[in-house]
Amino acid sequence: MGKQKVVLVACGTGIATSTVVAKKVDDLIEENNLNARVIQCKMSEVSGYEDEADLLVTTTIPSRNYKIPIIKAINYLTNVNTGKIDKEIIEALKG
Amino acid sequence: MQKGGNAMVTVINEYLHKELITVNLEAESPEDIFYAMAEMLKNNGYVKDSFYNGLVERESKFPTGLLLGKYNVAIPHTDAIHVLKPTIAIATLKHPVKFNCMDGSGDVNVEIVFLLALNEPHSQIVMLQQLMLLIQDEDILRNMHFAKDSGELYDIVSKFKFEYK
Repeated sequence: MGKQKVVLVACGTGIATSTVVAKKVDDLIEENNLNARVIQCKMSEVSGYEDEADLLVTTTIPSRNYKIPIIKAINYLTNVNTGKIDKEIIEALKG
Repeated sequence: MQKGGNAMVTVINEYLHKELITVNLEAESPEDIFYAMAEMLKNNGYVKDSFYNGLVERESKFPTGLLLGKYNVAIPHTDAIHVLKPTIAIATLKHPVKFNCMDGSGDVNVEIVFLLALNEPHSQIVMLQQLMLLIQDEDILRNMHFAKDSGELYDIVSKFKFEYK
């Protein structure tokens, strides 16, 4: 088993929309037996986690470019085409 | 994850208060809306004086407009330090007001505003999930949009049957 991957789930305040999305990502990890964990944070805190993280999932506008891939997750809030985001996240977190 | 149409307890009701619901709010800008709603929250003891500035600042960096289709919403909120008691205030707007989209994809004409006063993350997860289910339901948004007074709007939201699809 490889190293556990770290997913950052960020929104502006780190308490509202990221809470909903973090739960979605947690469920995806569990359902797909992925070796990954979620850190929920504010967008302004992403820089501090960038080195240890493998993926950024966010509902808001990224403050800048990061070293890690970014997946936009606003569709989890509006419930449009969420299967596509599920797949992107699962792919990014596989072994 | 719960699936298969399990009816959920309507946790969102615990956060709804008739005195924090307004219909046909007249506003020209998001700031007008924030001011009216922040005053309402402040006067009822839910937020600190700093809440309004917190909202304006936060919305400018991280906008909260959500493009849903026929009826669009905004879910403005700000940092927990400005909040005394968690709650949701709701306003329907007399005329649509332009908000920037949350994902930076442009702007959106908003008809209904759900102002969130939140003070900590995980404890409010079910309420937030229910709020998302609510805004994904075009029928309920239409009913809210046409509600004549705050009592009617309160009844529409509090009687909504939350089900995971």
